[in-house]
Amino acid sequence: MLSRQFFLSCYIIYIIRLLNFEQGEFSYVYGKKGCFYNITLVTLENIVDAISFIDIPKLRHIKRERGVNMGYCLDKYGFNQVLNEWSKEYIVYAPKIFKDGGSFSDTDRISYGEIHTVEEIIFDRKSDYSFKEILLPLSQTLFFFTEDMVKEAELPPKGTIILLRSCDIHAVKRLDAIYLENGCEDYYYKRLRDKVKFILIGCQNSFENCFCVDMGTNRTDNYDAYIEIKNGEIYVDNHNDAWKALFTACSIRTPDVVPSYVTENKTHVHIPDGITPDIANSKIWDEYDSRCINCGRCNFVCPTCTCFTMQDIFYTDNGKVGERRRVLASCMVDGFTDVAGGGCYRKKNGQRMRFKVLHKVYDYKKRNGYHMCVGCGRCDDICPEYISFSNSINKLDAAIKEVSGNAVK
Amino acid sequence: MQSNEYLPFLSEIKDVIKHTDLEYTFRLTYKGNVKPGQFFEVSIPKYGEAPISVSGIGNGTVDLTIRRVGKVTNEIFERYVGDKLFMRGPYGNGFDIGNYKEKELVVIAGGTGLSPVKGIVDYFCSQIEETKGMTLIAGFKTPKDILFREDFGRWKQKMDVILTVDSAENDTTCKIGLVTQYIPRLNFKNVNEATAIVVGPPMMMKFTTQGLLERGFHEKNIWISYERKMCCGIGKCGHCKINDTYICLDGPVFNFVKGRQLLD
Repeated sequence: MLSRQFFLSCYIIYIIRLLNFEQGEFSYVYGKKGCFYNITLVTLENIVDAISFIDIPKLRHIKRERGVNMGYCLDKYGFNQVLNEWSKEYIVYAPKIFKDGGSFSDTDRISYGEIHTVEEIIFDRKSDYSFKEILLPLSQTLFFFTEDMVKEAELPPKGTIILLRSCDIHAVKRLDAIYLENGCEDYYYKRLRDKVKFILIGCQNSFENCFCVDMGTNRTDNYDAYIEIKNGEIYVDNHNDAWKALFTACSIRTPDVVPSYVTENKTHVHIPDGITPDIANSKIWDEYDSRCINCGRCNFVCPTCTCFTMQDIFYTDNGKVGERRRVLASCMVDGFTDVAGGGCYRKKNGQRMRFKVLHKVYDYKKRNGYHMCVGCGRCDDICPEYISFSNSINKLDAAIKEVSGNAVK
Repeated sequence: MQSNEYLPFLSEIKDVIKHTDLEYTFRLTYKGNVKPGQFFEVSIPKYGEAPISVSGIGNGTVDLTIRRVGKVTNEIFERYVGDKLFMRGPYGNGFDIGNYKEKELVVIAGGTGLSPVKGIVDYFCSQIEETKGMTLIAGFKTPKDILFREDFGRWKQKMDVILTVDSAENDTTCKIGLVTQYIPRLNFKNVNEATAIVVGPPMMMKFTTQGLLERGFHEKNIWISYERKMCCGIGKCGHCKINDTYICLDGPVFNFVKGRQLLD
């Protein structure tokens, strides 16, 4: 009997060690019957009881989700102290309000900017523009030149912390796919990317036009820290060992923090499997010839649109000196495909819409194995012509039937 | 840290060959491997960059045949022997000579489309024993648009050359007609094995490849090269993408089996 008790004790200790639980934390999982304050004092009775309750997959899942770190609760003062400490090494970017900067008169814009206090961060609305402007600046100087010399632009010495939602963290993977894996690594992207830390903002509710659940981007474990704000307090789940001491020092409690995420959106998309290149011949694209005004806003707000154009500028004071920049480009805007001598591809807006839609939900996947679109819905939010991207995805089914019908005829 | 592909290097102009008022070939210093059909991003600070395909490969030099049609190329034409240009590259896959060795080959080029294939023509001109028969069909708009005039004489001695123009006033030295009309008249020992390279404006490529297929060519024996706007040459800027294909990375040279699916 004793040997059995000994065996079971060892088993529990093994599990605790295996999962790197502390005794207090173990009670979180065991929960129902109270705590094992001292593992050496377990009796046969509660060992048997415990084992029947221990749900190993659940244990592992919780540990995996939480890493080896604890959750923290901070008041605003404490979190601002954290931000202050970070600002020594990092520039912290988060969605914030730009007064009167919206698309329409007297409206504000929410986009990414440097923040110094938690009060500046917008938690309760979707940002109109995405975080991508930090990794792919709208206009980025690559090098400076004279007529016979070039000098590389320097990297800001500080690292970057970006607060962003789950869909946007999934978008980072898409940016990486283009800038790090499609051909050689991009020098300018790589050097910024290497110094970025990501902080996940929890989504308690879906926003308008979001369809992250259908795109599978509503959840992520891939973050340095998780943050959500509840009743004026900031809850953090930290995955970054380097920040452990800082959070411990600034927190008021250390509760368990499990990231919130959306499980249901109002907007749904269905991406059919049977898309073929023939879908380009469908009539569904024609309506965009007149509806779309090729303003390109959908590209500029999209967290996964990565195209750029080279631009040389020179200084008015000294015309022999200047810089080469790359600026964000849009496949919807005139000039995107222009070649010297007047050649131009995809002249109609419907063709451009087809190019964009199929890139996001068809041909990117052919190359990379997963869809490019992350379902943030920003393109739907911003379109001045009320063109809905999710609607255009949902028309693909009918388009497939239409073009396969043509083939039969 | 990896190298910075965007930083260009300086290259000296060694020679300038004037073909027409608008088209010059610049012979530029370049040490390194380069294949016909690859391209360089050529730039002049203030004016920008333009992708230019390699039209000849020399010892320590590359030839870039440039058409004066834009901001950058206008400025390049202001430069002369001894001046320098910024370049980076070479980029793209280029033509693989091995695909055409020991086979019959017909090269059909329209206008400046002759530049990217000129390296192939030059190669087989000097190693004619490596092919089982070589034909060049080159089409231009008018006699004054003809490029590489001085090379045609050399090529004619080694291979069948058809030099044709769309129209000519008071000029009887050229054949008149589109490149496509010569395809049915071509003779092949074995059309099942014969290979073809087609480069030119989109419409010309469309009808030429169609003509070759009608003539009995297999899709897998035809290669084409695409021209697209490219701002980076390394798969990032997105301008050259067609479907899931990046012309700068996966091309610009494509076997027709793949190339025919690339529709804008």
